[in-house]
Parts: sequence; structure tokens; C-alpha cells
Amino acid sequence: MTRLRFLNRWVLFAVVAGAIAAFMDQDYYYTLLNFIGIHTLLVVGLNLLLGYAGQISLGHAAFFGLGAYTSGILTATGGVDPWLALLAGLAVSGAAAFLIGIPALKLRGYYLAMATLGFGIIVYIILNEADSLTGGPSGLSGIPSLSLAGFAFNTPRRLYLLIWILLGLILYISANLVNSRTGRAIRALHDGEAAAESLGVDTFRLKLKIFVWSALYASLAGSLFAHSLNFIAPSSFGFMFSIKLVTMVVLGGMASIWGSLLGAGALTVLPELLTVFHDFEMVIFGAILMVVMIFLPRGLVRGIMDLYENRRYKRQGGRISV
Amino acid sequence: MENFAPFLQYLISGLTNGAIYALIALGFGIIYNATTIINFAQGEMVMLGAMCAISIYHLAPSLPLAFAGAVVLVTCVGLVFERLALRPVKDPTPIALIIITVGGAVMIKGVAMLLWGQEAYILPPFSGNVPIHLGPATILPQNLWVLGITAIAVVALEAFFRLTLVGKAMRACAYNTRAARLVGIAAGRMVQLSFGLSAALGAGAGILIAPLTLGVYDMGTMLGLKGFSAAIIGGLGSLAGGVLGGLVLGVAEALATGFISSGYRDAVAFLLLLLVLFLRPQGLVGGRK
Repeated sequence: MTRLRFLNRWVLFAVVAGAIAAFMDQDYYYTLLNFIGIHTLLVVGLNLLLGYAGQISLGHAAFFGLGAYTSGILTATGGVDPWLALLAGLAVSGAAAFLIGIPALKLRGYYLAMATLGFGIIVYIILNEADSLTGGPSGLSGIPSLSLAGFAFNTPRRLYLLIWILLGLILYISANLVNSRTGRAIRALHDGEAAAESLGVDTFRLKLKIFVWSALYASLAGSLFAHSLNFIAPSSFGFMFSIKLVTMVVLGGMASIWGSLLGAGALTVLPELLTVFHDFEMVIFGAILMVVMIFLPRGLVRGIMDLYENRRYKRQGGRISV
Repeated sequence: MENFAPFLQYLISGLTNGAIYALIALGFGIIYNATTIINFAQGEMVMLGAMCAISIYHLAPSLPLAFAGAVVLVTCVGLVFERLALRPVKDPTPIALIIITVGGAVMIKGVAMLLWGQEAYILPPFSGNVPIHLGPATILPQNLWVLGITAIAVVALEAFFRLTLVGKAMRACAYNTRAARLVGIAAGRMVQLSFGLSAALGAGAGILIAPLTLGVYDMGTMLGLKGFSAAIIGGLGSLAGGVLGGLVLGVAEALATGFISSGYRDAVAFLLLLLVLFLRPQGLVGGRK
């Protein structure tokens, strides 16, 4: 039963994504969908860390930036093949996450938040200041598009195919990861580190693994971002973007793979729908973070579902299940 | 020896910034001690202090009035923030509190942008702009105001916590909230008081720094993060640690500006934070567990 439902979601995902590719012909919507795809990649990765493992990162934009800039610098300046550059980006981000994770993940709560935040700000400053390498605040242009056997992913519609096929794959891998032995260990870690350890989970290694894993997602998203826009600037990778990612996780729901798609989708489409949004952007993002965390800490969708179910239980005269 | 004059100059500007960081760090420490919450919106109180003082000064050009008015206003914001954003939280895990206070910070900053726009405003220095010569270096009267008021604030806080009944009650809450409740201390009141007090300190810091750096809606984020870094570097929850951490951070930053590059100033500050976090997470002074 659960197996069948599980399968159906993926079929639905593929059918909807395929139908869009078959019937829609406006570049604007493809561009928007591509941003949703890239943001979802980032949010799924951060959700594994924040929602599932319960470890906060306030500097996730740094890994996004490392991926984007490794890809950008190697291809635009170094003339390396974009796919190789993408792999190099994964290597750089993974290594950075590993090296920073070893000392940082020994810290908890506020200290971990501050360590990841500090790392994010340092990376942002280096992207701005090392202008001989990164082009400085004015950015890096001339990044080539990805191509596969002569098929260049250089229009929004072609990029849509690449990004959403990759996204489907990543979502599938993540859902499997969460339901695997490792996934259960991660959730045990979230609920109680000491308890997880007493059951034989090497919590530190597990945290490090999931930290590196989510950095790899961010790096992949960064490389795709760089090769889609053909131009990158440090302003896309600052502290505020890290906060936006956390907002997407919170809105979509902590510890929810599909919620990540929803959170990223909603907060990518919203600014496009409301033209006045730009001025109110910070107020809205801040309000979402506060209101959702105060009243529905499991996320908007899960929270509303919980409220509904609680009411149903009450109506039926039963006890509220936890 | 020819490096001495610029060194002294950097030291002066570093100590001034450091004093500001120290004031902000004390705000973090006061709330942390009463509640074990880190209020990431603390930096925005600094910004609000500066902006409110500037607005009041525009209406009625009197610095003492602007100072007092801004401190009172921001204290109220701090109290309201505690009431609306933190008291209703049902499950106060560190992650939830981090996200809520970060959300509060972003929201306050957004509202400030709507109120004051994106331009920077001037607040006149408290007593003129004539530099005072100090050996080979010069010092502005405003630098002296910053250092002096910070010193007075630190001594007054120390006295408040050591000598007054309310201060002792707050310390009791910090050591053991449940035991404090048992002897009749209204712990909720103490939490409120800590938010008000730290908002007032933050506002003071903002008003002091505004004549040196201008007031702008996004000045609070960096100041707040550095103030928190100072608190961690010194040892979270310790008054002396906060002051020491602030001064160390300010001086390190100023020296980095002078001898490396001004662009990497903030990077040096956060590198110092990472080093302390990784090597001595209890902070320079800390040891209390």
C-alpha cells in the first residue's frame, strides 16, 4: 500500500513535469520553473540537514556559491569542459564542507549557527574581494552552457529538461535516503543525540556525512545556476540568501522532501506574482519565519494538516494523537 | 618605530568599535543569562536606536532628548518583541528560537527600510568634531564619548547585578530558574526585564556609533553579528568576557584594516570567531558550565 502510494507520487511528478515540457511554450514560465528547480535542490539539501538531522546551517549560500564559482571560473577563465567543472565544483564544496564540518559539527545550537554563518560571510567576502579570480562585485560573465552530445542546454526550455530530470533524480535519491537505515539513524539523531549514540549510531560521523551531502546538493545547484545564467555575481550568495533558504525549508515543512518543492516553489513564484513584493520582501520573509515557527513549527502544510486532524479526532471524541 | 603612529591610530578606532561591540555583546549576555536564548534581533535594536535618535533629532534638535527618546522607544520594541515573538513559543528548542529571532531581525530590518528608505542619515557628534591630538595620533571627541559611556554602562551594569535586589534576582534566574521561582522570584518578569535592558543597551550603542558611521536601515545586521561574535569570543554570559571579546574583536579588525586590506575587515572578524569556536568554544574568559 505505502509502496504503491510512493510509486504514484513519482509517476505524478514525471507526468506533470513531462506535460509541462510538452504543452507549454512560453520561455518566461520555463525560466521561472528552472529557478524553482534550482532552489528546490538547495532546499532539499538544507532540509536533510535542518529538518531531518536537526543541525542548523545559516551559511548554506556559501556552498551554492562555491559550486557556482568553481564552475564559472574553470569554464569562463580556464576553458575546462562544463561537466568536468561541475564535478570539480562538487569536489571543492564537498571538501570545504568536510573541513569546516569537522570542527563545526562538534558545536551545538547557537554555536553551530554562528560557525556556519561566519563561514558563509567569509566565503561571501572572498568572492567579493578576490577580484582577479572571481571578477569581484561586478561578477563573472562568459560562462558557457552545458551541452550533451551536441545538444546545448542554452534555452530556458532545454534547461528545464536538464534541471527537472536531475531534480527528479535527486528527490528520488533523497526520499530513499530518508527511508533507509541511514535515514532512520538521522531521525534518531534529531530526536536525541545521546539516545541515538546509545543505540550504536556514530552521531558525529553521521552529522558530517549529512552536512557534506547537503553541501553537494548546493554545489550542484550552484553549477546549474552558473551554466543557466551564464553570469554570476556575489550578491546571489550572501547572508540573506541563506536566510531565504531557511525560510523555504520552514514554509515547506521541516523533514519533508515534497515540502521542499512546495516551499521553494511558493517563495520563488510569490515575488513574481506580486510586483510590489520587492519592497516588502524582507518583511514577508521575516513574518513567514516567525509566524510559521511560532504557531506551526512542523511547517505550513504539515501544520495545517495537523490542525485538521486534531479537530477530527476531537470531533470523534477520541484523544489527540501525537 | 615609523609604524607606531598608524598603529596607535588603528588602536583608537579599534577600541571605539570594540566598545560598541562590547555594549551589544552585553545585551546578548543579559538575555542569554536570563533565558538561555540568543536574540538574533539584537543588532536591529542597535539600528533602531540610531534611526530613532536621528528622527527625533530632526523633529527637535536636542541630543539629550534624542538619546533618551530613542532609548525609551527601542526598549519598548524589545519588550513587545519578547511578548509577541518569544513568549507564545510552545516548544523552545534552540533551532526554533534561532529561526524565530532571525525572522524577527529580518522583519524589523524590512520595516525600517519601509520607514526610513535606503539612504544614510547623519547624526551630529555629541560635542563637536575638533580632533584632539594624542601624541602622534588624533582622537575625535565622539570616540571619547563612546569609550566613556561604555565604561560607565559596564560599571553600572556590574553594580546593578551585584548590589540591587532586582539584579540579584536576575542572576538567580540565570543560575537556576526553577530554584529562583521557588524563592518567589517572578521569572517571567525577569525575562521581560532582560529583553528591555538589552534593547536599551543596543539602542545606546546605535546612538553612540551613528555620528561616526551614519545611520542606515541595514547597519544592524553586521553590528549584531559582531556583537554576538564578541560575546562568544569572550565567553557567553560573562560580563567581563563580553567587554574583553568586544575590544579584542574591534582591535583585531582595525589592525586587519590597516595592515592587510579594508575589504577583508569583516572576514578577519569572523575568522577570529571561527578560531575561538573551534579551539576554545567556552570563550577567552569562560569556564563556567
